[in-house]
Amino acid sequence: MSERLFQIITDSFLKILIPGLTVTIPLTLISFFFAMIIALAVALIQFAKVRVLKDIARFYIWVIRGTPLLVQLFVVFYGLPNIGVLIDPFPAAVLVFSINEGAYCAETIRAGLEAVPYGQMEAGECVGMSYMQIMRRILIPQALRISFPALANSIISMTKDTSLAANITVTEMFMATQRIVARTYEPLALYIEVGIIYLVFCTVLTRLQRYGEKKLGRYRI
Amino acid sequence: MILRAEGIRKSFGDAEVLRGIDIEVSKGDVVAVLGPSGSGKTTLLRCLNYLEAADAGVMYFSGEHYDMTAISKKEIAGIRKRTGFVFQNFNLFRNKTALENVTEGLVTARKMPKKEAAEKAEATLAKVGMAGWASHYPSELSGGQQQRVAIARAIACDPEIVYFDEPTSALDPELAAEVLSVMRMLAEEGMTMVVVTHAMDFARNVSSRVIFMEHGAVVEAGDTKEFFSSPKEERTRIFLRKSADAGEKMI
Repeated sequence: MSERLFQIITDSFLKILIPGLTVTIPLTLISFFFAMIIALAVALIQFAKVRVLKDIARFYIWVIRGTPLLVQLFVVFYGLPNIGVLIDPFPAAVLVFSINEGAYCAETIRAGLEAVPYGQMEAGECVGMSYMQIMRRILIPQALRISFPALANSIISMTKDTSLAANITVTEMFMATQRIVARTYEPLALYIEVGIIYLVFCTVLTRLQRYGEKKLGRYRI
Repeated sequence: MILRAEGIRKSFGDAEVLRGIDIEVSKGDVVAVLGPSGSGKTTLLRCLNYLEAADAGVMYFSGEHYDMTAISKKEIAGIRKRTGFVFQNFNLFRNKTALENVTEGLVTARKMPKKEAAEKAEATLAKVGMAGWASHYPSELSGGQQQRVAIARAIACDPEIVYFDEPTSALDPELAAEVLSVMRMLAEEGMTMVVVTHAMDFARNVSSRVIFMEHGAVVEAGDTKEFFSSPKEERTRIFLRKSADAGEKMI
């Protein structure tokens, strides 16, 4: 390896890592947080079988899962200004990622809820608990426990998908790398470098998943 | 009289499962509900606790009269707070420890302070012989242990009546025996119980009254001793003889 290339790689490391820590990770965590709220609400709406709301929930999932994430980002960031709605890049990315991931996780959590045996609900009714109490204290915790591996999968996947936010001018890790490439003309080394940093982030998440499963593993579902 | 229900009817689609059942339970009674599989015993029990909505029927429970087809959610909740229900397959809350399974209803439904609920739960677990298992999750317990915790959960709120839906059917004979001995103890303490069961020995030796059902109707009901020693209906005699034969074959 030439001395110049080595220099470029070491110099760029922090320039890539810092936007990773200050943009990619917050973007992932904030978006996933809102995605979980959306997902839980949409899953519960479907589970409760309220006709109109359920139709709205199905429509939302149908549209979001049926269109590319990149298109959704472009519609919100470049399209909405046409009708006078201007959103800054970062909040626009959070909005799109939350809504997108929410649709997928809603299905994951719904499957988790449906996997909880009906006897759990009946047992709650028989000790006098209300529907909401049973949902909050018995069914949802079990559904989340069942969904946990799949949800961990989603956040790992999302960490990498945030690189698409570069397309709407969010200076996250990937965009930072692109800029250095444009200056240095070393695409191979630099894109591998950023790839490795994504890999490290995802490895940490995988470890957290294992730890979480171990923690939750005491009651087997 | 603590419970009286009259004219309970229930159909699932075209299948008429209950064709006008009457049942009466006095305080301290242990009523065994017997009958072949598919006779509607379990459905009767589930209708009495509103896990199934009856198509017809009236109920008197602990001083109040209810129309079983027009009962409000609030009234159902009120009844359930004064009854216990034990399921065939236990249905312990899988995300709660044995202790939490017992305290859950006390804290959420009855608004009992947590500390008081925990003390009550510990005492109740001790009563069913599960004192050392309070912090175990259901998956860490045997079937018999799970059912004893389920019984503790059902009786912790000092219910006026406890329903048992084939409580030992999912258990091998040894585990069934430990559950039945807990139930016998409760019966001796004067707990009012309605027990759907295939355990004939339990019905014969512990229950005070028997209801024998077939095809969604009561064939014969009466005092346990009379029921077993001098059954009035031919169908009852056949059922008792076959049960006795089956018992001998097992030995």
